[in-house]
Amino acid sequence: SSWWSHVEMGPPDPILGVTEAYKRDTNSKKMNLGVGAYRDDNGKPYVLNCVRKAEAMIASKKMDKEYLPIGGLADFTRAAAELALGENSEAFKSKRFVTVQGISGTGSLRIGGNFLQRFFKASRDVYLPKPSWGNHTPIFRDAGMQLQAYRYYDPKTCSLDFSGAMDDISKIPEKSIILLHACAHNPTGVDPRQEQWKELAAIVKKRNLLVFFDMAYQGFASGDINRDAWAVRHFIDQGINIILAQSFAKNMGLYGERVGAFTVICSDADEAKRVESQLKILIRPMYSNPPVNGARIASMILNTPDLRKEWLTEVKGMADRIISMRTQLVSNLKKEGSSHNWQHITDQIGMFCFTGLKPEQVERLIKEFSVYMTKDGRISVAGVTSGNVGYLAHAIHQVTK
Amino acid sequence: MAASIFAAVPRAPPVAVFKLTADFREDGDSRKVNLGVGAYRTDEGQPWVLPVVKKVEQMIANDNSLNHEYLPILGLPEFRANASRIALGDDSPAIKENRVGGVQSLGGTGALRIGAEFLRRWYNGNNNTATPIYVSAPSWENHNSVFMDAGFKDIRTYHYWDAARRGLDLQGLLNDLEHAPEFSIFILHACAHNPTGTDPTPEQWKQIASVMKRRNLFPFFDSAYQGFASGSLDKDAWAVRYFVSEGFELFCAQSFSKNFGLYNERVGNLTVVGKDADNVQRVLSQMEKIVRTTWSNPPSQGARIVATTLASPQLFDEWYGNVKTMADRVLLMRSELRSRLEALGTPGTWNHITEQIGMFSFTGLNPKQVEYMVKEKHIYLMASGRINMCGLTTKNLDYVAKSIHEAVTKIQ
Repeated sequence: SSWWSHVEMGPPDPILGVTEAYKRDTNSKKMNLGVGAYRDDNGKPYVLNCVRKAEAMIASKKMDKEYLPIGGLADFTRAAAELALGENSEAFKSKRFVTVQGISGTGSLRIGGNFLQRFFKASRDVYLPKPSWGNHTPIFRDAGMQLQAYRYYDPKTCSLDFSGAMDDISKIPEKSIILLHACAHNPTGVDPRQEQWKELAAIVKKRNLLVFFDMAYQGFASGDINRDAWAVRHFIDQGINIILAQSFAKNMGLYGERVGAFTVICSDADEAKRVESQLKILIRPMYSNPPVNGARIASMILNTPDLRKEWLTEVKGMADRIISMRTQLVSNLKKEGSSHNWQHITDQIGMFCFTGLKPEQVERLIKEFSVYMTKDGRISVAGVTSGNVGYLAHAIHQVTK
Repeated sequence: MAASIFAAVPRAPPVAVFKLTADFREDGDSRKVNLGVGAYRTDEGQPWVLPVVKKVEQMIANDNSLNHEYLPILGLPEFRANASRIALGDDSPAIKENRVGGVQSLGGTGALRIGAEFLRRWYNGNNNTATPIYVSAPSWENHNSVFMDAGFKDIRTYHYWDAARRGLDLQGLLNDLEHAPEFSIFILHACAHNPTGTDPTPEQWKQIASVMKRRNLFPFFDSAYQGFASGSLDKDAWAVRYFVSEGFELFCAQSFSKNFGLYNERVGNLTVVGKDADNVQRVLSQMEKIVRTTWSNPPSQGARIVATTLASPQLFDEWYGNVKTMADRVLLMRSELRSRLEALGTPGTWNHITEQIGMFSFTGLNPKQVEYMVKEKHIYLMASGRINMCGLTTKNLDYVAKSIHEAVTKIQ
């Protein structure tokens, strides 16, 4: 007999399931609006020009393959921190922070979760917005933390339930951990306005909460890296020492290279050194040290002025295309004769859009029109092109009229 | 402002082997030699990117059909299949019977961690953190941390190194196997034991396997040096394949850091051998859940290099040649060091230098002698007396041999 007879079959990943079904579909008009990876206007994966250039530069340097330090490539982590905090950041200049390279956003969140489990004795509770990225819950759970929630999305208006959020957050026990999406909230695309961010900063400060920012879309949301990092920087300016997970999967198109960073803003440089030493102790038994390839590419881009400029243009290009697809989807829905209010589609930001479609409607879209999305009505706008936006509008209208 | 929540975080000690390299870097003495960290060096004392790796990287760079999209959660399929095939052999009955699975991981460490996390959840009941984990005395120091951080509460040692005889303490090992609680997990070094360089012989492996089978003990192989140890992939995988042929279900954490020189690309594979395909499928489905919360999906560059190389007969042969180059240089340094020590008449016996295998040698130097080597001679080695043979070159052999001679004769 086997050691594993009692091992259950794990449930299929809901999002991957969407892609599997899409692949099997023979309808030539089929659309995959499930997975969150950018596509160009031809529906193809997009390798950024600045990435190709950086790769060529790296290849010409003929670098070795020696182990990186546990904390990762220093040129990369420094540039990642500066990108998030801003070059004028007092926290950055005074070196009262530590940034370690993480395995994209997931790995950075996991390092953070494990660090909190080991050193944040005040609370086990991580408060997530309702809803949040599906993987947040299992990541923090596996790190040994407990999950709670605060109101965030209002399904009636397809926008932010600001009063609900403020109400819930004002009741979170002191010294709990609250996770906030820095920009382009996943899965809803609903972000607070700057005025609302100011109130959120005030309330978390008042409640003495530990703030964990997840920033997976800096630059990718509005097209402006500074604008997308505004909330993170504002909180730090207000004296809130945040912790932060960054991903470069989307904004540099480096998905499979696993480029990310985890940052802790500390009281002073000495504390930062102590925290860094403990982060290394956590990382070493996980994977020893991080992969170099993506970090070298990201570092080359961020630290080479010409490439950085090109990158900013390309990331704006991606963001603009997404925004344009939102606009076209709404105008096409009007053309179809839809009487519903679809304003939330253009109000929301980033890769994802919570359409407001109900499960039955989603099922019809899949079965009758071969338009694939997750049951919660979330679409990846990146999967929309000028070639198929009309068909999508038509399909949505058919199931909602 | 309120006191920081991290005010009480203490400074952790640095990882010893990396501190050694850091100290070496800062040393201004021209005679300095780094015999610490485990990475291959050429006879010029330089890192070596394998020629076949350079070639394949160029192929990848020129292939415009490739992009940077996510790999599947379990990794690149061609990598996983080829990696497991390398470990188990082309003619492996387990592969033919479709009862082998692979989880692409971040280096050998990542493979060990994913395997440990799985075992804690699903082995010996559910969430059984009390299952004893046996690690060899001594072993790679990170083994303990991996299993501890995976949640296991009872990590023990098994007898392995006989310091007096400078060899394997087989009786002690077999004794520990006999008395270990049923279902205990044993971390076995597939070849080129780190740090001692001392491996069981095939006959000894047979004895080990026999006791483990009878006592229902779980074999978790750590295979970080396949090909690198003897120059032969098959020879270095003999133990793993023997256990498979004896019907064991096992895990084998493979690293391609050393044998492909891909240290910083983090290329590893957790090979799972089960009783049948159905069991392996269910195991892999649960591995996915563990991977998803650790790194979501693994990095693509290193896996592409290894998969491309292993899948092409011509590139495979080139790789094999590169591996043999490394293994042969290490063997040469072993025999050269031994002959110099014997010529100098250095007290003690030095045959263990050539009898041990792989990157490392347990010299037998005690901590005081090691301190002498580091401080007086600027030769950096671990406090355990472990040296990395790759740090030796034709240029520094004489200096190192003379220094060892001094240390042994001057310091007791």
